[in-house]
Amino acid sequence: MRLPPGQYLTEDFPVLTAGPTLRVPTDTWEFVIVTEAGEKHRWDWQQLMALPSERPTVDLHCVTKWSKLHTRWQGVSLDVLLEGVDTAADYAMVHSYGGYTTNLPYEDLLHGQAWIAYKFDGEDLTPEHGGPARLLVPHLYLWKSAKWVRGITLMDEDEPGFWESAGYHDYGDPWREQRYQGD
Amino acid sequence: MELFSDDFTDGNALAGPLREIFAMDMTQAMGRCVNCGDEGPVAGLKVYTHAPGLVARCPSCEEVVMRLVRSPSSAWLDLRGTMSLRIPMPVE
Ligand SMILES: [Zn+2]
Repeated sequence: MRLPPGQYLTEDFPVLTAGPTLRVPTDTWEFVIVTEAGEKHRWDWQQLMALPSERPTVDLHCVTKWSKLHTRWQGVSLDVLLEGVDTAADYAMVHSYGGYTTNLPYEDLLHGQAWIAYKFDGEDLTPEHGGPARLLVPHLYLWKSAKWVRGITLMDEDEPGFWESAGYHDYGDPWREQRYQGD
Repeated sequence: MELFSDDFTDGNALAGPLREIFAMDMTQAMGRCVNCGDEGPVAGLKVYTHAPGLVARCPSCEEVVMRLVRSPSSAWLDLRGTMSLRIPMPVE
């Protein structure tokens, strides 16, 4: 069993949040991708549920140093959502209900690396863990896996999100221990 | 016409005044929220500690008014949600 540098193993699933837990009803939920040209692609909950889903089993690494291995999720791959999106963007800003944001390179959303996840361990994702749906990008520190996700804005230029503008690393690769700016 | 004069000094002029402020207990300082304009003491903010940093929110509108991230070698203080902080100072 391999852990990234500086991480310890945990069996439970700590809840980290920068604000109040949001309860977003699925009947008003929507997910919107906006391209760098301003073109909007919109899905409501029923449309998301109708898309082919995957069941990834992944390891989670939180920047506060806990790691949780072999977590089981279900969600729609960003490869599916971005299929019909015409873009040449290099960066993406992920937006959540409640105002949270996080940035990552566009490439990191592709090639089976990212999902809009709505089930954890076979159950509907609870609000505490970001339900009804959260981004899941497990190859980066967990703050990039935005809870209560509501959309992604594609961008030509990189911009820092909520934690990235307050001292945390722009990319956040756990294996290179990119916790803070300058790491 | 000159819009800007060259009559300024570098930031070292802030050293003394800022050292005086940042050595204070800030919980009684009065902060004004950028989002809703409400003013209240730092001690009255809603602070979320189970996060990668400390997130302080305005008790009136829930917007983030302060973020504090501590790494082994730095502290980042982000005050963009705070319009101003009125800090009580001892009268000389
Ligand atoms: Zn406010």
